[in-house]
Amino acid sequence: MNRTERVALSEPVADEVRKTTCYMCACRCGINVHIKDGKVRYIEGNRDHPVNKGVLCAKGSAGIMQHYAPARLRAPLKRVGPRGSGKFQEISWDEALEIATGWLDDVRQDDPKKLAFFTGRDQSQSLTGFWAQQFGTPNYAAHGGFCSVNMAAAGIMTIGGAFWEFGAPDWDRTKLFVLFGVAEDHDSNPIKMGIAKLKQNGARFVSVNPVRTGYSAVADNWIGIRPGTDGLLILAIVHELLKARRVDVDYLVRYSNATWLVIDAAGTAEHGLFARDGEGRPLVFETVTEQVVAAGSKGARPALSGRVQLADGRFAVPSFQLLVEKYLDPKYAPEAVSAETGVAADTIRGLAAEIARVAFDEAITIEQPWTDVHGQRHQSFVGRPVSFHAMRGLSAHSNGFQTARALHMLQVLIGAVDCPGGFRFEPPYPKPVSAHPTPHGRAEHFGSNKPLSGPHLGFPRGPEDLLVDPQGRPTRIDKAFSWDAPLSVHGLMHMVIANAHAGDPYPVDVLFLYMANMAWNSSMNTAGVIRMLEDKDETTGEYKIPKIIYSDAYASEMVAYADVVLPDTTYLERHDCISLLDRPISEPDAVQDAIRWPVIEPDRDVRGFQSVLIDLGARLRLPGFADNHGKALYKDYADYIVRHERRPGIGPLAGFRGLKGDRAGRGATNPEQLQRYIENGSFFSAHVPLEAQFFKHANQAYQDFAVRMGFFDTPQPVTFQLYQESLQKFRLSAEGVREPLAPETHRQRILHAFDPLPDWYRPFGEAMVDGQEFPYHAITQRPAAMYHSWGSMNAWLRQIHTSNALYVPGSVCDELNLVDGDWVWLISHHSRIKVPVARMEAVNSSTVWTWNAIGKREGAWGLDRNVPEAQKSFLMNHLIHELLPAKEGGFRWSNSDPITGQAAWYDLRVRIEKADKGAVSEPHFPGIAEPDGEQPSPTELRYGQEWAQ
Amino acid sequence: MHPAASIIAFTVLSGLGYGLAAILGLGLLDPAAVATKVAHIAALGLIAGGLLSSTLHLGNPQRAWRAFSQWRSSWLSREGVLSVLAFVPLTVSAWLCVIEGRYWAPIGLVGSVLSLATVFCTSMIYASLKSVQAWHSRLTTFCYLLFALAGGALLGSAFGVAGGGSASLLLFFVLVLLIAAWAVKITWLRNLDSLQPLSTPESATGLGTIGRVRLFERPHVTENYLTNEMGFRVARKHAAKLRKLALLLGGLLPGALVFLVMAALLAGAETGAVAILALVAAVLSHVVGMLTERWLFFAEARHAVMNYYGG
Amino acid sequence: MTSLPALPTAKKLGLVIDLDVCVGCHACVVNCKEWNTGGYGAALSDQKPYGADVSGAWLNRVHSFEVVPEGGEVVGEAGEARIVHFPKSCLHCEDAPCVTVCPTGASYKRAEDGIVLVDEEKCIGCGLCAWSCPYGAREMDLAAGVMKKCTLCIDRIYNETIEEVDRQPACVRTCPANARHFGDLGDPSSVVSVMVAERGGIDLMPEQGTRPVNKYLPPRPRTSLAACASQMAKGEDTSGATGFFAWLDGMLDRI
Repeated sequence: MNRTERVALSEPVADEVRKTTCYMCACRCGINVHIKDGKVRYIEGNRDHPVNKGVLCAKGSAGIMQHYAPARLRAPLKRVGPRGSGKFQEISWDEALEIATGWLDDVRQDDPKKLAFFTGRDQSQSLTGFWAQQFGTPNYAAHGGFCSVNMAAAGIMTIGGAFWEFGAPDWDRTKLFVLFGVAEDHDSNPIKMGIAKLKQNGARFVSVNPVRTGYSAVADNWIGIRPGTDGLLILAIVHELLKARRVDVDYLVRYSNATWLVIDAAGTAEHGLFARDGEGRPLVFETVTEQVVAAGSKGARPALSGRVQLADGRFAVPSFQLLVEKYLDPKYAPEAVSAETGVAADTIRGLAAEIARVAFDEAITIEQPWTDVHGQRHQSFVGRPVSFHAMRGLSAHSNGFQTARALHMLQVLIGAVDCPGGFRFEPPYPKPVSAHPTPHGRAEHFGSNKPLSGPHLGFPRGPEDLLVDPQGRPTRIDKAFSWDAPLSVHGLMHMVIANAHAGDPYPVDVLFLYMANMAWNSSMNTAGVIRMLEDKDETTGEYKIPKIIYSDAYASEMVAYADVVLPDTTYLERHDCISLLDRPISEPDAVQDAIRWPVIEPDRDVRGFQSVLIDLGARLRLPGFADNHGKALYKDYADYIVRHERRPGIGPLAGFRGLKGDRAGRGATNPEQLQRYIENGSFFSAHVPLEAQFFKHANQAYQDFAVRMGFFDTPQPVTFQLYQESLQKFRLSAEGVREPLAPETHRQRILHAFDPLPDWYRPFGEAMVDGQEFPYHAITQRPAAMYHSWGSMNAWLRQIHTSNALYVPGSVCDELNLVDGDWVWLISHHSRIKVPVARMEAVNSSTVWTWNAIGKREGAWGLDRNVPEAQKSFLMNHLIHELLPAKEGGFRWSNSDPITGQAAWYDLRVRIEKADKGAVSEPHFPGIAEPDGEQPSPTELRYGQEWAQ
Repeated sequence: MHPAASIIAFTVLSGLGYGLAAILGLGLLDPAAVATKVAHIAALGLIAGGLLSSTLHLGNPQRAWRAFSQWRSSWLSREGVLSVLAFVPLTVSAWLCVIEGRYWAPIGLVGSVLSLATVFCTSMIYASLKSVQAWHSRLTTFCYLLFALAGGALLGSAFGVAGGGSASLLLFFVLVLLIAAWAVKITWLRNLDSLQPLSTPESATGLGTIGRVRLFERPHVTENYLTNEMGFRVARKHAAKLRKLALLLGGLLPGALVFLVMAALLAGAETGAVAILALVAAVLSHVVGMLTERWLFFAEARHAVMNYYGG
Repeated sequence: MTSLPALPTAKKLGLVIDLDVCVGCHACVVNCKEWNTGGYGAALSDQKPYGADVSGAWLNRVHSFEVVPEGGEVVGEAGEARIVHFPKSCLHCEDAPCVTVCPTGASYKRAEDGIVLVDEEKCIGCGLCAWSCPYGAREMDLAAGVMKKCTLCIDRIYNETIEEVDRQPACVRTCPANARHFGDLGDPSSVVSVMVAERGGIDLMPEQGTRPVNKYLPPRPRTSLAACASQMAKGEDTSGATGFFAWLDGMLDRI
């Protein structure tokens, strides 16, 4: 009998395929959404899309369940119960927008800084930042401060770009790939695809991570390092490379500031700064003529060592000499760092040896003539096929900035930045600090009913660019760009609620948040933050943070604390642009951006947040959003995407510009632009010319291309800043020899942390608590199938991670007599949580860990009240305070990197005590009401049953 | 394996029914006695009840008829086919006995053979599963057949005594069968206890060459069909107690009662109602014992799939 | 007819799963669910999807194992435990016990390509096939009362309405790490067969006698970093910075 007749083999998948961009995490993969009978039948990766080339992860594949989740908000909400009760009343959009406009208008007139506008997992920061600037509040940032600002800031300041959105390993050519820390949550599909290529090509993959899950599980070598010591490991590698003379001298001379002369005049305001000529150009010592000349002088052969006398009589040395002297110190020898890092000296030496061998003995050459920015012609690109990647694992420590700097320095030392086989920049990067703005937010930058005089976020070149008042006090609500965190280039979202509650530096009137679950997993000290949101002024009876506007698509924990909720759409119902002005998706070989468009019409009264923001902007008559008569400039976000111009000819989207749609980068607006994107699979890609593909920081063809595309108006080559002068300026301020002087309170801290050469110090969270009392590190890892809090409302994803346990090293289990299913108290200096444990061997022996953000608050996310997420699961956040333990005098520093303010999530130290068996983790918070009332959730799902054959 | 009530009830009840039918088919009871007529109806009732109970666990019982089609390869199908086939002679025998008060050996013997064949097929459903190592043994078949026969003989003897006939021979058979059944079952249990697992986490994953393999995380945190169906585990201590209970109620107590009744009968005592009551008690005890034995048969069996689930 | 094909099928379509590269991301798991819940047969239902004891029917699941070396072959650093992510779906066995136990003929193995399928119209939901499978490849859909299993996306691989390049199982197409490969394991010259031969692909539970078609590629052997420590070239002079600068001067002269 012929069996095939039983099965219909050639049924069309659906009625139509609509191509858009995924938003189940921050990867921004292209997706084909198959629509059948007006419903989503199937979502798959778009084969033509440059980011994911057809593949799609678990999250992306679960988009259907995200879209149809019962947790979705249905209409605008006005709070009717007390904050945190979750009691709301549905209101119309008109009413919601009127309330918001009323509040915001008052603030804008009275004192614009009384608005704190912070966005979470925002992929439209170019719009939200522009809006905040037009509004005129100094208090705007996205969530980078508690995410990975250390990585971004250190990367840009050192090499002009960092990992992920700024560049990527040359997966096709690299022969040794070293991954530091957890990286499963960002750039997830490209990294997985990259690892596959490594394996295919027989490259070696080394993972440095206290926990051996995810990518680390398939690494050829796993270094189960002690958390917070990666910087020391990197510097030990540098020590070994220097000792063995395995550095790329030619590369250093050409592309870095190794030759720049550093003034040696201790006790003066210029000690440790670069010697410069009258035009501000740094000086080098030319070895043939034995003269001090400006860096970049044609034909100069600058020295890398030797003390020289400057014309003014002062002495100076090339910065490289300082670098070599620092890292050849025996304190960086593998044996010396072995105990601190928990890594055997031979393993460190072996890793250094492999880096050196692959970089120099397996160098690769691409025969492609090119010209550098000094006009010198080269016959080929020489590649050092060693590449690195790191994200939050390095970032989320209070020494993360210096650690990330160390990693970038290592890449430069072996000549592996933007070469074949190394780490490669993705346009519009590299971008030197000088091409970034300085921050704006001082008193003179804003005022009643006027825009902020410049962008909020930028790179201070020194203490003179800080956002502080004449007394040195912060002018921003999050104290970004203050002496507390001078280079907090992404702001400090994690400090906003605490500072606003304390009225330090001042209270705010309206807190406006988008997609940021600050009342739960996005805050340190969650219980404390909840109290702050609920806290009322005793005299007025008003909430200490009087008005909270929040936009989200789902009934997250934060919704319960909002006064007005603006319900967002899902990613399948909205317009978006993934813009070069913002957080681009380019590849090393191509400039790219993308859009989202409504592939499904909303079935409820929700609106895309960006359109709402544009509407609010018009209602508030903000410049850029309304014309002189108060008429709205843009209909909605789609209209803005097409017609907004940041500079003439430069808009949110680079593709299909010009009246004919044939211009890339620069060009007139094109009314058909979105349609052209949709026809092209919702993305645009322009190839970087072959000659321009490597050494972009110093490649003339690339620089010309960048100007042509509109990234810059003039070429912006990058000289890698191994020695970081701006940090030295802060040190001089702290030494009291350079204006502006650092406050006395901050001087010791700055001297300790602001080394102009990458340095390692013990993370504060560890250094400030008793190692005996709190013997273990506690960290989180990111499950690949769940993106932070975005997943528990998803019926498919939540089955993969319904609850979390604390993973405890086998040796600790044996010592404490713990078996799987036992419960323990996990205790930090701040708090304690009661959680279930599970044994694990493949983990650093002093580290306990769990999956991030599986724990949910009872009543949130459209889940039943008794679900494991709300009962048994837990957050590590409760143990982490936003402040460090008090020093003498009761002063408490923020639990952040002292340079960038990056939240130091991974500095946490704990002890474990066996607890009685339990069924509910502690702390357990009272349940919150569901915003739509208690609608019973379905007891069974049979998605697609109507299509069953 | 999950001890599903419907399947336990099915195997115990239909086992008892087929056992009784097999005994009736031998013509050892007076076909004219009312008790024998009741016995025939009871046998059919037990069989039918058991079969009906077995359909309770089906996802689509309305299609159960399809199960008769695959007798060439499937023991479950064979069981279904034979159970229906067996109904023919059993119903005829019952008709002859109930309506006509007579026993016809050819049809009776055919009924006996088909009854036992059906039980054999039931046992083979389990014994043929390599994935459940505890069951994958000839002894499983013997256990099912002997327990069915012992139970059937015991029930038959109760009817026999109630019918006023001489049941000594049957009672003797009961004793022999009970001893044989439990001897085999105890051997089966010993085998179970000394089982070297055929499959291990190492062989299940193929990772044995690089080390000891232990489940780190389940694919999905909560229970699923597989773990519900095959992940049942009974505590060793608990199982030991239940085994003793099964032996006591399913073997020793009914055996002792049967022995006493037989002794009394042989001694020529006028036992009457007491003997009947004793045998009924023995039957009830045996059934409870069998339910326990069958519960353990599932609960103690480990499915190979649990190598993937840390069970 | 639940007898297996009389002769071994010439074509043996199946999967090869590379344990050396699977990072346990569950992409295959969810994409499989997504494809199949609206495709072949009844939807893959979920029970209590937003409740405490949520569960559902999945045709492919990824387990995670921890492997602790015990004097065996050491991969990675000596003595170190490792995690191995382990995707598992139907192995389309040549001697598929699930087929022969089926009382209704719903389960069958296709003679033309070896795919094991369930004809849901005939399935009575007795569950015996799931019992007979040592791998846990079959799961009852509790809403439909029929047995579900991996079909190798038979409604994709022969589907002429989709592009040829996409005619492969959803799990293979979506896998970001390229850990899953689809092909004819009956053809010794196929890409998948060559891969199995080169990498020493293995059968799961060979002792069960099921002769699975799907193969698993074990983690590759590895050399430790410590073993590379001695490779590091020694500098001409290790006496600290002075020696280094002398070397540097030499290097600069060569540039």
